[in-house]
Amino acid sequence: MNLLSDPVGVSHYLIVGAILFTTGIVCMVVKRNALGVLMGIELVLNGANVNFVAFGSPVLRGEQASILGLDGQLMALFVILLAAAEAAVALAITLNFYNNHATVDVDRADDLKG
Amino acid sequence: MSSSVAQLLPVLAAAEGGLNWHGFFFLLFALLACCLAVAVVLADNVVRMAFYLVLSLGATAGLFFLAGAEFVGAMQLMIYVGGTLVLLIFGVMLTAQEPFVSIKTPVRDKVLAGLVGGALLAVLIQAALSGPAWSGSAAEGGGGVALAAGQPSATPLGMALVGIRVDGDVASGEKSPEDGQVRSGYLLPFEIVSVHLLVVLVGAAYLARSKRRKSSGGQGADLSTGGMR
Repeated sequence: MNLLSDPVGVSHYLIVGAILFTTGIVCMVVKRNALGVLMGIELVLNGANVNFVAFGSPVLRGEQASILGLDGQLMALFVILLAAAEAAVALAITLNFYNNHATVDVDRADDLKG
Repeated sequence: MSSSVAQLLPVLAAAEGGLNWHGFFFLLFALLACCLAVAVVLADNVVRMAFYLVLSLGATAGLFFLAGAEFVGAMQLMIYVGGTLVLLIFGVMLTAQEPFVSIKTPVRDKVLAGLVGGALLAVLIQAALSGPAWSGSAAEGGGGVALAAGQPSATPLGMALVGIRVDGDVASGEKSPEDGQVRSGYLLPFEIVSVHLLVVLVGAAYLARSKRRKSSGGQGADLSTGGMR
């Protein structure tokens, strides 16, 4: 299939999701600021969400029924909610770490190193 | 002018020869989301990273609208962009002392991460292009298909969250509620998620509470005993 000549379908969304996922992974690995790592996690969850919505979309496959149906959108909603919860806890941990160590550099979090 | 654009990028060409607005907005939002996500990785300043992330998530909400999931798109805008990112920016502001605004990463690590990320991206894109099940694509009719074919999704979503599935022709198609197959709703996961959210918020408030007075009192006591010795 040729991406540039076909009308927009599930594969296009999958590629966008793959790019978001990969940038999120790279962001998690590269950043030394704890908040940067958190932003990488948000990007990864967002890439997964793009895939869920694409598989559950009622319009992207033309006449065929969608693959996940309503489940895809519901999964995306749950992912958004859990990402909000995760961001709240991670920010609390980051603030606690900042209060105790006066830095947000994750390389300095080596208290448990043997 | 629109025909020349359509010749340049055939994904934009509609059947009637006009500009395919569905494809146009998909390209716009997809490019915005991907480029801003790359900008999040490349930026060193944490404030700019947060700003790029806001824009990237907003463009992703536009993609959700285009896919016919307008309720999820609205929730993405409200919860992610309106809630989570505000929380993140508060974190940035609370910890943005001068030496931590931009923490540099060694170039060797960046190159290594770029290599690994490129390999992962190649695998994922190969998988995205090779699946026969999802290679069917939308819209012989061109432009308005997303708006014409999709009906509002808020009602079925809400009914599913209270345990009733009203969507007849999901997933495996021919299994309708009449043939004895009861498709469960999402009442139990909904309750679990709501209790989870409550516990998480209480726990986050507990974790992030200020302990400065106690610790400074402890340091003061240490100093005073040191002084007495």
